[in-house]
Amino acid sequence: MGEKILMKGAEAISEAAIRAGCRHFFGYPITPQNEAPAYMARRLPEVGGSFTQAESEVAAVNMLYGCAATGKRVITTSSSPGISLMTEGISYMAGADLPAVIVNVVRGGPGLGDIAPAQGDYFQAVKGGGHGDYHCIVVAPSTIQENVDLMKSAFDLADKYRTPTIVLSDGLLGQMMEAIELPEMTDPATLPHKDWAADGMQGKRGKNLINSFDLLPDGLEKMNIEMWKKFKNVEEDVMFEEVQMDDAEYVFVAYGTVARILKSVIKAMRANGHKVGLFRPITLWPFPSKRLAEIASRPQVKFLFDIELSFGQMIEDVKLAVSCQKEVKFYGRQGGMVPTTDELEAVTLKHIKGEPAPTGGIPWND
Amino acid sequence: MERLTHHPAPLATCQTSYCPGCIHGVIHRLVCEVIEEMDLLQKSIIVLPVGCSTLAVDYFAFDSVQSAHGRACAVATGVKRSLPDRHVITYQGDGDYASIGAAEMVHAAARGENITTIFVNNGIYGMTGGQMAPTTLMGWKSETSPYGRNKETHGFPVRVCEMLSQLNGPAYIARTDATTIAGIRKTKAAMKKAFTAQIKGLGYSVVEVLSTCPTNWGMTPVDALKRVKEETTKYYPTGEFKVAEGLE
Repeated sequence: MGEKILMKGAEAISEAAIRAGCRHFFGYPITPQNEAPAYMARRLPEVGGSFTQAESEVAAVNMLYGCAATGKRVITTSSSPGISLMTEGISYMAGADLPAVIVNVVRGGPGLGDIAPAQGDYFQAVKGGGHGDYHCIVVAPSTIQENVDLMKSAFDLADKYRTPTIVLSDGLLGQMMEAIELPEMTDPATLPHKDWAADGMQGKRGKNLINSFDLLPDGLEKMNIEMWKKFKNVEEDVMFEEVQMDDAEYVFVAYGTVARILKSVIKAMRANGHKVGLFRPITLWPFPSKRLAEIASRPQVKFLFDIELSFGQMIEDVKLAVSCQKEVKFYGRQGGMVPTTDELEAVTLKHIKGEPAPTGGIPWND
Repeated sequence: MERLTHHPAPLATCQTSYCPGCIHGVIHRLVCEVIEEMDLLQKSIIVLPVGCSTLAVDYFAFDSVQSAHGRACAVATGVKRSLPDRHVITYQGDGDYASIGAAEMVHAAARGENITTIFVNNGIYGMTGGQMAPTTLMGWKSETSPYGRNKETHGFPVRVCEMLSQLNGPAYIARTDATTIAGIRKTKAAMKKAFTAQIKGLGYSVVEVLSTCPTNWGMTPVDALKRVKEETTKYYPTGEFKVAEGLE
């Protein structure tokens, strides 16, 4: 670890990717992540890498596919509408067992939406997103330092499971500046060789084929099963953070930017004697269901409170994990609106007192 | 006695699943003969499209990357930028290259991406069962132009070589036909030049190979060959459209 430096989220992600041994970037301009390609365009030539501005996100993700096929660590950054365009390519990468890192600096949607922070792309990232029966590994940072720290994990997980890893960030985490510490540089030459890569036979081996295609159903079923087998032990890579959870009676469940706000809410409410805590999933797939189920089973836990920048997407996974052991309450903001600490404290207090509480933006419930 | 022919090592020895009379087999073989003669087997990576020639995942005996429909030039860009010293080829049909992949085609060419495309043009979608392609000639009937292609409903067929010739990026652009003995020889010569352009780092190269689809044209293989001579080559003249300096 070196000295602390002040860095913008999108740039921190970029430098962290380079330090994780990534030397290739393909992307297309979209706000609020343009600082990332700009940084990469400047920085990658300095470290012997390549930066390519593609003609579209559709082309960018397929360049990513081609580069990943040669066994190199490769990254793209984009934001919601751009990720929608990339989703076909992500499905192909999942189908062809190709590792790559895709950063989604999520903005408000649907459609063109806006360029403010949101969490409306949870389903798209966590439930597959594209066609076919697959999952990407999904990690969700909540600070700029975590943007940096999770980048190495993202590449390692992608390589371990030979599947795309999505870093589900948001407009706030992309644009905010914070003091961070950067890790040491990884020399790509020191990374394990990928013997499956289509990097030219070079007189060393027979043909390698990168492929997601088999016309025969029994052949494709075998491919599908092989793809899923690698996820058998995926739970061992679950990541989560717990804040003030030991004696918590009221458990916030939130990821990314919302979790960050809740840390301030917890501080304020604890000062007034309310035993609130936070469970923050860091991997959204695999989802830390086992731990959350165990938390829900604790006698002192009165309810769980899921808060998102959406009408409620992660709450489906939370409820599955909790399995009706306790009530799961919900509050959400949409369209790029971010709740304040006062706002979240007020809603939480209503729930604690058993009073009717707003769910945020949903007229039939408010 | 001198043996005049042999099985080129880059071509797999399995039987293909292409229809009787299909010319993909001939064009695959030409690609492989050139790879062998230019000693490129150990450094070649071929990117395959979606269409009939997706089946070629099994037909080339060297590293192959299957890609999404239309995206072969983007995938090949990713391969080449990762490994600039490898020989990178895309093999695409007219639906893949000139319709859904038109953006990737134009921009790979415009960037002068140092890759080679073998573009097989038979004026129809084969794998999906004979739909109209951007290259289907005026008046030709297909599943989706059952009354014949007309300008009011369908517009005009795209001449890819002529269009790409307007760009600065391509180093070599040629159109040949693989339906005659002379055409096959010229196709092989054009492939050699295209590969040479890539080896010399001169920029993008493409060989458009006029071909047939007896099955979806509803013709015998012999009649299909006649059609290329009498109709296809009239709208798509063969020849070299761009030859960069340094490519003799």
